[in-house]
Amino acid sequence: MTDQTQHSRPPMTRLLLVLVPLAVMLGAFVWIASLDPLRGFNNGAPPVEALTVERTILDGSGISLSVRAGGSEAMVVAQVAVDDAYWTFTQEPAGPIARGEAVWLRIPYPWVLGEAHHVNLLTNTGATFGHEIGVAVSTPSPTWGQLRLQAVIGAIVGLLPVALGLMFYPAMKGVGRSGMNFLLALTVGLLAFLLIDMTAEALELSGDAAAIFQGSAMVWLAALASFLLLMAIGRWRGNPEGIALAFYIALGIGLHNFGEGLAIGGAFAAGSAGLGTFLVLGFALHNVTEGIGIAAPMLRARPTLWIFAALTLLAGGPAVLGMWAGSLAYAPQWSALALAVGAGAILQVMVEVSAYLVRQNPDRQTALISPSVLAGFLGGIAFMYATAALIKI
Amino acid sequence: MPVDTSKRGRDVSSAVETSLPTAPPALVTEPVSASRRALLVGGLVAAGGAAVAASRAQSQATPDPMAGHAMPGGAVDPYSAHDSGVAHGNMTMVGQVDHARNGFDPTAMLTDWETGRTEVLPDGRTLRTFEVDAIDMEIEIAPGVFFPAWTFNGRVPGPALRAKEGERLRIIFRNLGSHPHSMHFHGIHSARMDGVQGAGLIDPGEEFVYEFDARPFGCHLYHCHALPLKRHMHKGMYGLFVVDPDPARHPEFAAVAASRVLGSPENAEWQELAMVMNGFDTNFDGENEVYAVNTVGQAYMNAPIRIDKSRPVRIYLMNATEFDPINSFHLHGNFFDYYDTGSQLTPTLRTVDVIMQCQAQRGILEFSFADHEDGLYMFHAHQAEFTELGWMGFFDVREAGA
Repeated sequence: MTDQTQHSRPPMTRLLLVLVPLAVMLGAFVWIASLDPLRGFNNGAPPVEALTVERTILDGSGISLSVRAGGSEAMVVAQVAVDDAYWTFTQEPAGPIARGEAVWLRIPYPWVLGEAHHVNLLTNTGATFGHEIGVAVSTPSPTWGQLRLQAVIGAIVGLLPVALGLMFYPAMKGVGRSGMNFLLALTVGLLAFLLIDMTAEALELSGDAAAIFQGSAMVWLAALASFLLLMAIGRWRGNPEGIALAFYIALGIGLHNFGEGLAIGGAFAAGSAGLGTFLVLGFALHNVTEGIGIAAPMLRARPTLWIFAALTLLAGGPAVLGMWAGSLAYAPQWSALALAVGAGAILQVMVEVSAYLVRQNPDRQTALISPSVLAGFLGGIAFMYATAALIKI
Repeated sequence: MPVDTSKRGRDVSSAVETSLPTAPPALVTEPVSASRRALLVGGLVAAGGAAVAASRAQSQATPDPMAGHAMPGGAVDPYSAHDSGVAHGNMTMVGQVDHARNGFDPTAMLTDWETGRTEVLPDGRTLRTFEVDAIDMEIEIAPGVFFPAWTFNGRVPGPALRAKEGERLRIIFRNLGSHPHSMHFHGIHSARMDGVQGAGLIDPGEEFVYEFDARPFGCHLYHCHALPLKRHMHKGMYGLFVVDPDPARHPEFAAVAASRVLGSPENAEWQELAMVMNGFDTNFDGENEVYAVNTVGQAYMNAPIRIDKSRPVRIYLMNATEFDPINSFHLHGNFFDYYDTGSQLTPTLRTVDVIMQCQAQRGILEFSFADHEDGLYMFHAHQAEFTELGWMGFFDVREAGA
């Protein structure tokens, strides 16, 4: 058997067999780099250049931009114009920006509160990269007062509605099978909305990220990986049910709320959202159903009070972390990654809650298209869609 | 912090607009392209997933854009009117252009008149011969910003040709560039000498001799008339063509005419400056990124033009800006007389401090700082956008030798 002959090889030989192709590969790269056989392709075209602005900070010293280069070779930002006026700037670290590297450009420009500014980066080849500052407001700085304020908003958006939703638990406790089906389907429906919402959001954010992160591929693969990992962990010891399933739902919703926090924090930092009371209340109402969804699979179990506290913290707490991360360290690729992981987690709980729903019914398949299940599923989606109208600006 | 929510309707996306310059077919001098070879290798190696790319990319010897530039005193207060030691505050380009590498210096170009060589024809007239070559060349138009220019004699603007009214002119034009080019003179000449298709528009490697009389006198221009015209002009193919009036032909204004004849004793009293207002569309999107007078943005901010206040100043000004219909000239703290097209010996406008010129319009400005305090007197386009994108400068007005 060939299998056996391969297994019988001593470890040193096998190591050698791995090292040989690696050495050849290295040698080939060195050869290509030194002899430059592609010289003939040099048609005089200027290098491909790409610059992505990842963060914008406005403060008393002017405008700071975190810029990532994605060109085919190191790039040089030669001049910076703000609102069609060349302006002094410093670059940290100085010098050509290597592919994939990010630098800070500090521009002592007297920006005007509440007005728009346009920054134009001019490279040594004359290519330009524009960056729009839609509404100039001072970027939040990580002071205690600021962090506390954001934590309060995060709590209102994340913790409060989950807690409120879980308070329906006693009322839900007594429902019969079709009521139970309705509630579980409602959960799947709202999760379906969140899945679509998060995926769209992640893809949109990834479009703003530097090409080197391969935004779209990163989002889909991160979502797939997180889905598979959570499925594997969840099924480690049989199908997740009851309290365990509730925790998985809380985790998925927590990741979603982290993304929501990122979005609010980021919008706050970018000055695009005044964060009115109406908007915050909209988020809270939008998220109340999340608590109901978490509670649904536990109706046959006997959860203690600390479990409710833990579920609330797991599902709602990340909104606070998201607020902080979004307003202080906003970069589109990381937000997209967080949202993608969340989307995978949401898909996992959708699968598990549906499986649980099917198992609850002896007539399995037909239960899926029963009136109560369909009403719950569509009702969940409809409720989420309607309340989302309050928070879209 | 109060936030005006009514502004929310604006576009707040952080999307980056990208526009890349199109490839020039050939470049003679290539400071940038020295590392283009590395690009292809870098790209290939990166595709192989090896770390070689990073070290390779970092080792590229690109000029340091921050070299020679220091921010004043560390932290700056952008809102202070007194923070910076320089007169233009923080509104300035970073770094300095390497004029030696360009092969032309904006300060030297102000007084660098190309007079060619002369001989006397059998009929007693003067034959003046110029030699002009079209050359592809990459030039630095703002600190660290390189532009693939098409030039006359390796400079933008091209040589400031200067002749005298009534002379016979012969311009030997050789096309050493990569595209067809011509020299189209704004002057009085025959159709055969017009520099358009079939009349002196020549292919690379060819030569053509334009011949005509120098008339009318005035401040004129020449430019390439190959098509597409916009591209050929904004790539740098234009220059001043000044015809000095012959005092003998204008007895009623003989003194005025004599003062305009280069090399005459009357002319020696004057400080004459050649200025061509131009702009550069570095990303080829139909809008200029850099505006200047004599090509290099903010050149005369960094090196103010020395003016001896005891002598009058005469500027031969031409507008070669492409894409923007008009350009303008504004002088600070002083007024001037303006001779539109320079083809009259009396001013078109008297005592003005702003004039505007449409594309290819030109004229002569005359003024004096004799009664002024010493100091830096600014001049710039009064389209603030052009000013802030590089078209501004200073006259450094002092006594002679001060």
